[in-house]
Amino acid sequence: MDFGTFLVQCLNSVQYGLLLFLVASGLTLIFGIMGVINLAHGSFYMLGAYMAFALSPLFGDQFIVMLVAGVVLAALFGYVLEWAFFSYLYQRDHLQQVLMTYGLILVFEELRSILIGNDVHGVKAPPWLEGSFALGDLMSYPWYRLFASAACVVLAIALYYVVNRTRLGMMIRAGASNRDMVRGLGIDIRRLYRIVFAAGVALAALAGMIAAPMSSVYPGMGASVLIICFVVVVIGGIGSITGALVASLLVGFVDTFGKVFFAELSGMGVYVLMAIVLIWRPEGLMGRKV
Amino acid sequence: MQRISHFIPLLCALALAVLGPMLSPYMSDLVVKVMILSIFALSLELLVGMTGLVSLGHAAFYGIGAYATVLGSGKDGGSIAVLLPLAMGSAAAYALVVGALSLRTRGVYFIMVTLAFAQMAFFVFHDTALGGGSDGIYMYIRPVLGALDMENRRVQFYFVLAALAGTYGFLALIRRSRFGAALAGIRVNEQRMRAAGFPVYGYKLAAFVIAGALAGLAGFLVASRDGVVNPELLAWHNSGEVLLMIILGGLGHLRGAVIGAVAFTLLKELLSTHAIVGPLADHWQLTLGLAIIAFVALLPKGIIGIASRISPKGAA
Amino acid sequence: MSTLLAVDTLTRRFGGLVAVNAVTLDLRRGEVHAVIGTNGAGKSTLINMLSGEISASDGRISLDGEDITQRAQFRRALAGVGRSYQRTTIFPEFTVLENCRLAAQAATPRPWAIWQSSKQCATSNAAARESLAAAGLDAVADRIAGTLSHGAKRQLEVAMCLATNPRVLLLDEPLAGMGAEETERMLGLLANLKASHAILLVEHDMDAVFRIADRITVMVNGTVIATGDPASIRTNPEVRTAYLGEDH
Repeated sequence: MDFGTFLVQCLNSVQYGLLLFLVASGLTLIFGIMGVINLAHGSFYMLGAYMAFALSPLFGDQFIVMLVAGVVLAALFGYVLEWAFFSYLYQRDHLQQVLMTYGLILVFEELRSILIGNDVHGVKAPPWLEGSFALGDLMSYPWYRLFASAACVVLAIALYYVVNRTRLGMMIRAGASNRDMVRGLGIDIRRLYRIVFAAGVALAALAGMIAAPMSSVYPGMGASVLIICFVVVVIGGIGSITGALVASLLVGFVDTFGKVFFAELSGMGVYVLMAIVLIWRPEGLMGRKV
Repeated sequence: MQRISHFIPLLCALALAVLGPMLSPYMSDLVVKVMILSIFALSLELLVGMTGLVSLGHAAFYGIGAYATVLGSGKDGGSIAVLLPLAMGSAAAYALVVGALSLRTRGVYFIMVTLAFAQMAFFVFHDTALGGGSDGIYMYIRPVLGALDMENRRVQFYFVLAALAGTYGFLALIRRSRFGAALAGIRVNEQRMRAAGFPVYGYKLAAFVIAGALAGLAGFLVASRDGVVNPELLAWHNSGEVLLMIILGGLGHLRGAVIGAVAFTLLKELLSTHAIVGPLADHWQLTLGLAIIAFVALLPKGIIGIASRISPKGAA
Repeated sequence: MSTLLAVDTLTRRFGGLVAVNAVTLDLRRGEVHAVIGTNGAGKSTLINMLSGEISASDGRISLDGEDITQRAQFRRALAGVGRSYQRTTIFPEFTVLENCRLAAQAATPRPWAIWQSSKQCATSNAAARESLAAAGLDAVADRIAGTLSHGAKRQLEVAMCLATNPRVLLLDEPLAGMGAEETERMLGLLANLKASHAILLVEHDMDAVFRIADRITVMVNGTVIATGDPASIRTNPEVRTAYLGEDH
């Protein structure tokens, strides 16, 4: 493998990993703080992608504006969904949460089917991000993918800032390590949960929107991203955002380079990685030992 | 009351045995389908209901059993005496690997890990030449054993019935035994079990492997019945549905698994029949999803839970 | 009096924090050895290391001469180390007898013999009845454990320890949440058990400790500051500072 190809694959790995991180961070936050396992999290990613498909004609070139609009819509949706449905899941055991969110997936899938249909759609990148730039003599790299990575980096930094430097973030971190104590401190736990949930939905939807021009928009995308996210969370450790970042990048590299070297069984690479982590550190790379 | 309830499953089995020949081909097929699903559900009941291990990847063992049956048949078909152990053994082998790794985790991690490993198996059959890809593989000749030919509908019926009765009886025996008592203890309080001297990991792994093997049995039967297998058998939707079945029927009871399999199959049929729900039948996923949410929210103890609410001295 | 459990410079670190610092003590048959200390002194970590719930960073634990420092919890239990918990870990949905019988079944051979009924297992039933008798719970053998009074539940907790026929008992705050009468009953039980077991007692109830203990070890911030008989501990100046110097 020459250096150019290697560089391109590295960039792809990072880009894929960062996108996964957006989705996985929401998942791990929601579980870490509210203790809810949400099978429907992948549906939010799908929601974002389909939103991109629906909104793209309306916004034309204004890609960033569309992203912002999408995020706002998704956050609102998440806020309402938490109030109407998820807040009832906190007291239930994991089995019930699994089944109820499974039911929710079916509902979302069918609603999407009714409202938009089951076709595969493409979303075009905005004109100012079309095309590629040269990477060395022989290779080129698409501008859009670079943009996707950059956007994710910006979001990751923003997430880091919010979680580590703001009061909201402090409450989130406290809630992640000790839910009961946070309640005892008199913090309006319900609003905190609602905000966290809305943020999780928004992150996943944003990831879906950013991914749309690269991976196209298709019905099964929610399920595939969900399971990979589960793998990321297991590898990184539940409740740890740093863990999710490290794990997402690891998964990004294993998956991308796996496809290059082991075409047929490339899908398995991630699971083998998970198996290794389970043998070595079952609580996740940055998880707390239970 | 207790004594009578012990005999009900036996009576049902006998009733089915007697009624078998009288059923129309459509009904017979439906009953066989439900019986196979019951075995699948019972195998999960061992894990979830008896041991408290919520697995979201049980379809993997079901599918592996089915694929092993077809792959082991080759062009000339095969003997039940070879294919059945092969199916159960393959499923058990994968369960041993998955279990050994997954049981190092607990709670939500365990749920996610089992799902992931099932998905891995799905990919193996979906993406590689081994499984014939997304179209699946056909079985040229059904398994036989002497005079028994799984091609014959009557033989199928009684074989599956026997398998169901055998599985039910086996699990009832486990439940009553010291092994079963240990699993129950692990479900309620793992810490106490460890402190008392039980090798908890070993017990859980044993339960996981046995459950996998029994799911493989169901897989053998479904392959023998349909004559074709495809990767969808290992899809996570399948894992979700079988989990639903045991909750629907009532967790913690063997009868619950069977009742749940019957009820879920009927529910799906109902929701996709135009005659009953009109235009909603085209969107049965929606109604099914809502039904699941409502059911789990309102009736966490399942159908058996309803029964015990009506008659307080209902059998446990 | 024979030393059954010897603990030698046992240490546990959590990152930078030293929760248990080179603790040395021993448990002898016929003796109640109490471990007391203020909150955060490391008592729970210590007892968790002894029962095998968490591993040690340094040091040695020996049971009757055998090194068990690396052994898994369940193996220690089978070797004769019984443990009761601060938070009751009984099985509330089973009867009292079933609770003890299940605990006793840990030691019965051939767990894979599934044709044998658990209810009719002679060895475990006998062991269960014995421990219930020792704990004074035979009268309630057939009651659902969840319906017992708090004190009776704590007694059952101890009875389940006994069901596995241990030589060493590690009791974590058995008197937690008990009224005067229940405390008396539990102390009577411990006095009876003393003769044939080596007992480690982690407790907060000072009156009870000074009544029942033969030796007391005092821990502060993970370190042992004194070990001795109750009289000498009571007059030990460092102990007094540790307790009186910190206002609750």
